[in-house]
Amino acid sequence: MIRKCSLTKLNDFFAAIAGDKTLYIPASDGAGGAVYKKWDSNTQYLDVLNTVKSPKDFFFPHTEDLMEFKVKGKNIELLDIRQESEDFVVFGVRPCDVKSFDILDRVFLSEPVDSYYASRREHGIIISLACSKPSETCFCTTFDIDPTEPEGDISAWKTDDALYLRANTEKGEALMALVEHLTEECDDAPVVAQKQNVKKILDKLPLAGLKLDVFGKGKTEELFDDPAWDTLSEACLGCGTCTFVCPTCQCYDIKDFDTGNGVIRYRCWDSCMFSEFTKMAHGNPRLTQKERFRQRFMHKLVYYPDNNDGLFSCVGCGRCLAKCPVSMNIAKVMKKLGGEK
Amino acid sequence: MNNRPETLIPVIGVITDVRIDTPDVKTFRVVTPDGKKAFDHKPGQCAMLSIPGVGEAMFSITSSPTNTEFMEFSIKKCGCVTDWLHQAEVGQQLTIRGPYGRPFPVDDEFAGKDLLFIAGGIGLAPLRSVINYCRHYRDRYGEIDIVYGSRSSADLVDYQEIIEEWTKDTGVRVHLTIDNPEEGWDGHVGFVPSYVKELSFETNKTAIICGPPIMIKFTLDAMIEMGFAKEQVYTTMELRMKCGVGKCGRCNIGSKYVCKDGPVFRCDELSELPDEY
Repeated sequence: MIRKCSLTKLNDFFAAIAGDKTLYIPASDGAGGAVYKKWDSNTQYLDVLNTVKSPKDFFFPHTEDLMEFKVKGKNIELLDIRQESEDFVVFGVRPCDVKSFDILDRVFLSEPVDSYYASRREHGIIISLACSKPSETCFCTTFDIDPTEPEGDISAWKTDDALYLRANTEKGEALMALVEHLTEECDDAPVVAQKQNVKKILDKLPLAGLKLDVFGKGKTEELFDDPAWDTLSEACLGCGTCTFVCPTCQCYDIKDFDTGNGVIRYRCWDSCMFSEFTKMAHGNPRLTQKERFRQRFMHKLVYYPDNNDGLFSCVGCGRCLAKCPVSMNIAKVMKKLGGEK
Repeated sequence: MNNRPETLIPVIGVITDVRIDTPDVKTFRVVTPDGKKAFDHKPGQCAMLSIPGVGEAMFSITSSPTNTEFMEFSIKKCGCVTDWLHQAEVGQQLTIRGPYGRPFPVDDEFAGKDLLFIAGGIGLAPLRSVINYCRHYRDRYGEIDIVYGSRSSADLVDYQEIIEEWTKDTGVRVHLTIDNPEEGWDGHVGFVPSYVKELSFETNKTAIICGPPIMIKFTLDAMIEMGFAKEQVYTTMELRMKCGVGKCGRCNIGSKYVCKDGPVFRCDELSELPDEY
């Protein structure tokens, strides 16, 4: 069943949710892009296709403290500083990014479960927003994601005058109850019309011709020694920007920081594109940028599918296409390796 | 409070003994502060040791699971954490978590077989756990041969235990070798791969190799030439690790994570992986 909320009441809608739980919505980052901000009455919703950074931060933050130690002489005291997350709501997550949570879940929620991630995931409520204007960097449909039919606790469609909402989970139903007075039952004709309109755009997107049949489970041997890796990786600076903005990249580092009053052991995002990622006392198995570049794409297109029933570790959000300083990206890699119709 | 179990959170351990093995290898005995073994493990498995403020690193557990009182780690001085450990004294606390990884199949594929252990340098550390497990359950295995080589006699890890215990077991033959001649050394001189060929073992043995990557490569080549199949040869690998449970991504080679799918691999399994180790 679909309910609608007039856009004139959008601020009331946010206020009703934020009155009960912490709410994050896309807002201006002051530099032409969007960033998820904690909502208060001054926060202006920014209707962009996507945020610069992906919402993986909500569950797998850029940095997070894991534990603390107090060191006295030869003795060590270990402090478990973990807090159970409180309920929070993220509004406006695009269908591609919602799918990325499933990809991350398979890493962090498989045994042994990552308790830090699990706590946030259990308490996070996602209001996903269907895409009405896909851009030329979009290729989610390559990975079987329907940008007009978002998953998440509540699915939302935004037209020129209203927000259409459908609860998909118990968490979503509970949230809908909070905004019941601001919404009304309606028929889904405007949503259907929007879907049809978007589907026409999708077929014409420049990356609509990407295909996956040369990638996936068991393709290591065919792809690993492809000479194309040499030319593809040539310009890569190893800056890690692609990893940073990627909703599915999940490699991390664990480091200690001496606060002067103890030691904090923290975790932060890392990148297989960095030269020191695999460096050991006896040498580095990935000496050049070619090997590191290849690792990132082989992992998304072959190794991850190998371990996850064929599911690819890319959702086609297009962030890396927009942000790579040397204009290299997964779509170019796929085309060069034979993944084009 | 988040009360879920969490593998990244270690327990406190304390160093109760430090043995100087070679000029750059020390063996550390570790128990919990109340004097118990931190956890049980199987031969070939690893543990994460850390000194808060210095770092955390993965080490193979050198002692046998049959030792129920403590764990031992033979550690070569070669980086931040190991440098720090090498200046640590008895009574120093550290953190420990584990066990991690797939062990050697001591109770399955190894059972009833003649075993050939081949180690180079610090590569004996992970094999000592298996060797002592098999010596403990001596009647479960056939003949045991141990080929061990190092740069010099001073660089042979566990030399005392090898001479005083291993060589005295029935059905256990130890073949030591050093790279260059030395005054007072009347044993074999030469590199491990050629010594293995020289010893011309029966090819029905199950072999377990560990050492520097280059030594593993040439020894494996020599053994294939002798008539061994890759399916008979096991090794244990080392890659940089942070989490130990296949999530941080660091030890990923092909579709495998060395921390959880290894560190023990059969050589035919290894040859299916991209050559990135």
